[in-house]
Amino acid sequence: MEYERIINRRVADVPPSGIRRFFDIVQKMPGAISLGVGEPDFVTPWSIRDAAIQSIEDGQTQYTSNWGLLSLREKIAAYLRMRYRVTYSPNNEILVTVGASEGIDLAMRALVCPGDEVLIPEPSYVSYAPAVTFAGGTPVPVKTCAADCFALTPAALRATLTDRTKALILPYPNNPTGGVMTMAQLMDIAQVLEETDVIAVSDEIYSELVYAGHEHTAFASLPGMRERTITLNGFSKAFAMTGWRVGYACAPKELLAPMFKIHQYTMLCASIQGQVAADRALGRAFETGFEDVRTMVRSYDRRRRLMVESLNDMGLACFEPRGAFYVFPSIEKTGLTSDEFCTRLLEKKQVACVPGTAFGASGEGHIRCSYATSLENLNEALKRIREFVNEL
Amino acid sequence: MFSTLDMHILEILCEDARVTPREIAVMTGSDEGQVQAALSSLRAAGVLVGYQTLINWERTDREFVQAVIEVNVVPQREKGFDAIAQRIVQYDEVKSLYLMSGAYDLMVLCEARTLKELASFVHSRLSTIEGVTGTSTHFMLKTYKYGGMVFDGGKSDRRQAVMP
Repeated sequence: MEYERIINRRVADVPPSGIRRFFDIVQKMPGAISLGVGEPDFVTPWSIRDAAIQSIEDGQTQYTSNWGLLSLREKIAAYLRMRYRVTYSPNNEILVTVGASEGIDLAMRALVCPGDEVLIPEPSYVSYAPAVTFAGGTPVPVKTCAADCFALTPAALRATLTDRTKALILPYPNNPTGGVMTMAQLMDIAQVLEETDVIAVSDEIYSELVYAGHEHTAFASLPGMRERTITLNGFSKAFAMTGWRVGYACAPKELLAPMFKIHQYTMLCASIQGQVAADRALGRAFETGFEDVRTMVRSYDRRRRLMVESLNDMGLACFEPRGAFYVFPSIEKTGLTSDEFCTRLLEKKQVACVPGTAFGASGEGHIRCSYATSLENLNEALKRIREFVNEL
Repeated sequence: MFSTLDMHILEILCEDARVTPREIAVMTGSDEGQVQAALSSLRAAGVLVGYQTLINWERTDREFVQAVIEVNVVPQREKGFDAIAQRIVQYDEVKSLYLMSGAYDLMVLCEARTLKELASFVHSRLSTIEGVTGTSTHFMLKTYKYGGMVFDGGKSDRRQAVMP
């Protein structure tokens, strides 16, 4: 078989994730410490796991509505209203997806036609550009930098807008930079979008993980933006539920309907156990005033400060992240590329980080270190990174 | 009144008592002097009582027996249960002591090197204290969780080592 001829060029041409190589090396390295993990180091709280176990015992093993369980959608609606002052109807404006990742894919497939462009502020999560490409569109990176706290600026947005621009991804709070856009900064973006028909796809998966006086603003909560925004979120980060694969997409019903159609024909629904667990997660959060989330955020915040102080102290200039659980220090002064730095650090000191370039070309000169790991691991990793830098 | 810093300090030390005041200062965005001062006042207020290590002795060669003893007592006028409790805490064998609601009054967690030593503690010292009307001893067979830590087969990181 001539597989190369058979396989869709659009898919074949997307390069494999740059992270895979590091993963393979770390797997075979017993004493390695990984700062490359993109998920919480907490296990899903027991009462949430217990709800899923109970649902299995009760024989809840069926499909759910294509939209997702109604009680879950109602809780999501209440949550978004209470927490971010944005109102969606649980009947036709909230779709439970298989992680926020499915939401990204649905949004791109629902919006993008061949030739359409989608603007992606970079550095950012690895899935946006491939999702645009798979949908037949052209991803257009928009560079952000540490000097702007990795926020998207109206000037950069204007410079990349064309009449082919279909959508703008808003990846804030940002993985890998930890950038969070303030309400004022988002207002400036809103002002630019108002003159266009561009749809904002706001990936707010890290919305609960925001630190030190900063606040998350839901883009849809800004005046005039709800009608042109697809809000994506999920349970993975805030409730330590990555493996359950439960997220949601919210938008005005006209925007959500085509996404729903794709979801209905391709995915049907998210797993019922995941949905039951998510339902309990929100139920419990309402009862306890988000106590678990707050405790988690405090714990991340301390590690965040420790990372920033330590990396800066060893001369790796580090933007103080305002959200998510990553720091994104500059390694430019070492004279190495991101890839060289990470490869050698792993070989010499058995510490795994992710090269900034994995998150777009503009990530060159940076590495991503996740602090979603124990204090003990962090201290040991920081010690080794310091040795590595000193020995260069 | 507890400040936010106090609460951070207690949470941090609860997780790992080895964290230094300097590290706490970095982690909480305060200066080391402030942390030292807060630590002193927490100690003075009797909030910070001590710093211990969690050891799974069952994994060592050390021989020991542990028991939970339910104790019924006659509360004393004015002093209630406190006077008897104050006597019981003096014994080295007693590791923890609680006043309980329910069918008995005091719960004593005690430890000794051998069964014989523990038995002798119960019948010749504990049950002879004036005001103690009865004891019921339960030996501990295995520790699964202690001080919030799962002892055997506890945590292993199941996450993928590198993920975007």
